[in-house]
Amino acid sequence: MTTVWDWDYAWEVLPILAEAAVITLQVTVIGFALALLLGLVFALGRMMGPKWLRYGVTAVVEFVRSTPLLIQIFFLYYVLPDFGIAMDAMLTGVLALGLHYGAYCAEVYRAGLENVSKGQWEASIALNLTPWTTFKDVILPQAIPPIVPALGNYLVALFKETPLLSAIAVLELMQTAKILGSESFQYTEPITLVGLFFLVFSLISAYLIRRVELRLNRRRGVQRS
Amino acid sequence: MNNKAAVILVASVVSFTLGLVAATFSDMSEFVPELLRGLLITLQVTAGGAVVAVTAALIAALGKMYGPTPVRWLAMTYIEAFRGTSALVQLFWLFYVLPHFGITLEPMTVGIVALGLNIGAYGAEVVRGAIGSVPKGQWEAGVALNMSRMQLLRDVILPQAFVAMIPPWGNLFIELLKATALVSLITLSDLAFKAQQINQNTLRTVEIFTVVLLAYLAISLVITMGMRALERRAAKGLRRGRVA
Repeated sequence: MTTVWDWDYAWEVLPILAEAAVITLQVTVIGFALALLLGLVFALGRMMGPKWLRYGVTAVVEFVRSTPLLIQIFFLYYVLPDFGIAMDAMLTGVLALGLHYGAYCAEVYRAGLENVSKGQWEASIALNLTPWTTFKDVILPQAIPPIVPALGNYLVALFKETPLLSAIAVLELMQTAKILGSESFQYTEPITLVGLFFLVFSLISAYLIRRVELRLNRRRGVQRS
Repeated sequence: MNNKAAVILVASVVSFTLGLVAATFSDMSEFVPELLRGLLITLQVTAGGAVVAVTAALIAALGKMYGPTPVRWLAMTYIEAFRGTSALVQLFWLFYVLPHFGITLEPMTVGIVALGLNIGAYGAEVVRGAIGSVPKGQWEAGVALNMSRMQLLRDVILPQAFVAMIPPWGNLFIELLKATALVSLITLSDLAFKAQQINQNTLRTVEIFTVVLLAYLAISLVITMGMRALERRAAKGLRRGRVA
């Protein structure tokens, strides 16, 4: 450990970290798909369900949003086997991420759905559409586009929280970097590379989200005029 | 006003207390002091992190908005670097990499500094937005009164921006509280660490994690209520001075 930054070592660990990055991206994509689905279910339960369901979903969403993800991960990891559901660490992690961000997405969906004017529902009733058709073909297509940027921000947030899965030994980037560091006693290179990886991906996705936002604004502007 | 929040607060505090009481009188009583010690660490990191976050956010936002070019670049680099990477990566970086450069910090300091800087980077954008939301006429009036830029910022703009900042800061403080669970991974024995430790000793997973999750919920509800009270007071002060 004489040099501050060891290029040879950095090159050596890069392919290993690249492999781990694939796991990180997998967890991100599957976790977010789950979050999108759960978020919609939560939002619908909270907006349209019977009273008891409304209160129940609200309580769950608020609870999930105001407690730490790390403890939720531990909770699922240690508690689910007690109920005879044995899953591997990665699946547990995906489930925890999906649940946590599902609670956040629920609020986004709710905002999107509430912004669709009531007249759209009334018009659909007048056209004799079933509630399901109305929802699927009239309401949802209007509710989703404006909330895409907000959902995108949560995708990036979820991506940045995947390192928490290292706490239950999922071999994603952070865990791999820690193992590499503990083998060589050189933590600088792996951890810095992981940081750079996150930085690059976040900046790229922030740029993409901004572009989508601009394009959506333009399109909606055209419709209105 | 927020009857619902009050109900939730009471409910969570009651359930948390019930959990503690149940734990006290069951065979788990020996772990209660442990949990409380963990709670203290969590509160310390949250409070320390909040101070660091607000300070860093103010400096970074003002630097980015009004600083000379090098300061502006520095502020932007700080904001992008801390917003663009994971809190856990930042924590590990300060914990494992800094000693390599000859700087060894206590885990407690690492936790407070890393999480504070992380939340501060998000807070900088909040501060910037709030300052931007103050009507332009306020600046012009200040100039007309021959105030210096510093005076204007300190006595006219920031007090008004402060009100707009409070709700988003409430959310950030809750994010901070939740992020403090990460310090358990750098050997600091906070609430999350104690929960895991006790769980390994007793295997009473459901009870322990439920009590701990409720504790976090209770703290975050207290933060929410506190920030709302602060907002009401600040808004009152603002109205009093306003014409029309």
